[in-house]
Amino acid sequence: MIYRENGQFKTSYRADQQIFPILQDRAFMLGLSALALVAVPFGASDYMFRAILIPALILSLGAIGLNLLVGYCGQISLGAGGIMAVGAYAAYNFFIRVPQLNFLVVLILAGLCAAFVGMLFGIPSLRIKGLYLAVATLAAQFFTDWLFSRAGWFTNYTPSGSVSTPTLTMFGWAIDTPTEKYLLLLGLVFVFALCAKNLVRGHVGRAWMATRDMDVAAEVIGIRPMYAKLTAFGVSSFYLGVAGALWGFVYLGSWEPLAFNINLSFSLLFMIIIGGLGSILGNFLGTAFIVILPLLLNRIPASIGVHLSTATVSHLESMIFGGLIIFFLIVEPHGLARLWSIGKEKLRLWPFPH
Amino acid sequence: MNARHIGERILAVEDITLSFGGVQALAGVSFDVREHEIRAIIGPNGAGKSSMLNVINGVYQPQRGAVTFLGEKRRHMEPHRTAKQGIARTFQNLALFKGMTALDNIMTGRNLKMKSSLLAQAIRLGPAEREELRHREYVERIIDFLEIQAYRKTPVGRLPYGLQKRVDLGRALAMEPRLLLLDEPMAGMNVEERRDMCRFILDVNDEFGTTIVLIEHDMGVVMDLSDRVVVLDYGKKIGDGTPDEVRNNQAVIDAYLGVQH
Repeated sequence: MIYRENGQFKTSYRADQQIFPILQDRAFMLGLSALALVAVPFGASDYMFRAILIPALILSLGAIGLNLLVGYCGQISLGAGGIMAVGAYAAYNFFIRVPQLNFLVVLILAGLCAAFVGMLFGIPSLRIKGLYLAVATLAAQFFTDWLFSRAGWFTNYTPSGSVSTPTLTMFGWAIDTPTEKYLLLLGLVFVFALCAKNLVRGHVGRAWMATRDMDVAAEVIGIRPMYAKLTAFGVSSFYLGVAGALWGFVYLGSWEPLAFNINLSFSLLFMIIIGGLGSILGNFLGTAFIVILPLLLNRIPASIGVHLSTATVSHLESMIFGGLIIFFLIVEPHGLARLWSIGKEKLRLWPFPH
Repeated sequence: MNARHIGERILAVEDITLSFGGVQALAGVSFDVREHEIRAIIGPNGAGKSSMLNVINGVYQPQRGAVTFLGEKRRHMEPHRTAKQGIARTFQNLALFKGMTALDNIMTGRNLKMKSSLLAQAIRLGPAEREELRHREYVERIIDFLEIQAYRKTPVGRLPYGLQKRVDLGRALAMEPRLLLLDEPMAGMNVEERRDMCRFILDVNDEFGTTIVLIEHDMGVVMDLSDRVVVLDYGKKIGDGTPDEVRNNQAVIDAYLGVQH
């Protein structure tokens, strides 16, 4: 009864093209923003920040990047972790070699380096499609794994091969408490998500989706496949690179090449599949699912009074987690974002059936 | 119809020969298309009609022969180059972008005309948004013309077949083409949908002066709509002329309309 768009008439195309054309959606988003900006910083515990909010925000940024490529442009990639590693190591090198750079500039530069590498590994997409391309992008993953563990220059010749970052400062403000990190990430993710949404509803986004849905027809309309695919790889890798830099600097603090191995690529892929391919909102839902579910599974046995050994708990966790993923893919292959929009459709009519 | 002025010839295909492995799809086909006319290509199944369209807009590269469009002669051409020159087409088995709405599908037709950079689109303030709105306005005119206002926000995969055909036509029209290639625009339609589609084709030709090359199996439609007809059979041209000439051509009657007993 509350969620109705009756009487909300659009009198201009600009009003019709808003991200949230329905008043109730805008109110909901405003409330959510207020919650995230005011309530969470005061209410959340240190553990909440460290274990859930900070990684979830960074991973959702990475998921947006991967979704632009896989969900919008239809180019399957298994190299996301490798591209994130490029971003992280690029940021590290800019940070220690040119210390006077502002962290935001470092982030952008790291993103650009990742975009360059991503486009390089995207070149095979001009000739191969689907699963074959997925295998080709694996090369990005293994190449970066190898490069950053073998070439000492990238890690500044640290004997152990792991690098650690100094405290972040920005405009004379030291970002060291979890709350500050959270607020920084919130701001960045907000801006980047907005930009991603704008891209996918602009003409480049339509070029990506056209290439995904029917590449011959797209070409006949005048969309150059090379342009569409390489920009998708570039923008996607830029996002992944920024996410990688944040993952290293803000979440991990110190890391070794293994931190960006293929498991990370798979996690990101699961996030966008569960969240919903071709949806910006889906990235957040999918990330929340993947980050929070294991933590919940971990706590449930203890909270209902069943005491199991840690090994059993972790095995059970993997099994239930895998089962849930399969369940989701069968019940709703278009992900949580589709469930969300079906829910909204139903809500528009509630309490009537039609 | 009478006010329509048939102009100079804008497209000429000369001696087009195309084969796939051992199968010869087209063998030395030549014909021309004049500005503002409706030119039909007819022929039995497998005669090479769709292949001909694919050669004209650059999807297939012929082994021999050349295509001259607006005075520019070419043998090898990428589809996006011909799109830039002003050739648009619709497809026989719908090739719409299924995951996108009808509006977005037609908007992709404007892509060649949209110039704002990646960064400008990401920020989407000022010029990028104005550009988007300007093209939206043009696309809305096409949506009005094709009478699909109610479906603009529906994903095309969910639309019935007849409406999908209209969206396909709308996407081609959004390119503001000089030459429009229609590959069986009325296949699989019922009588009313056919009538609507005929009306759209005549209106496009009449109001925008768009030159149209069309493939169609419905003889009534072909004879009524087109100014001149090319007849293909087994990749060879067996007839060319006005509908009346073609109708009375003995080779065409034998090969296509059937031998009279």
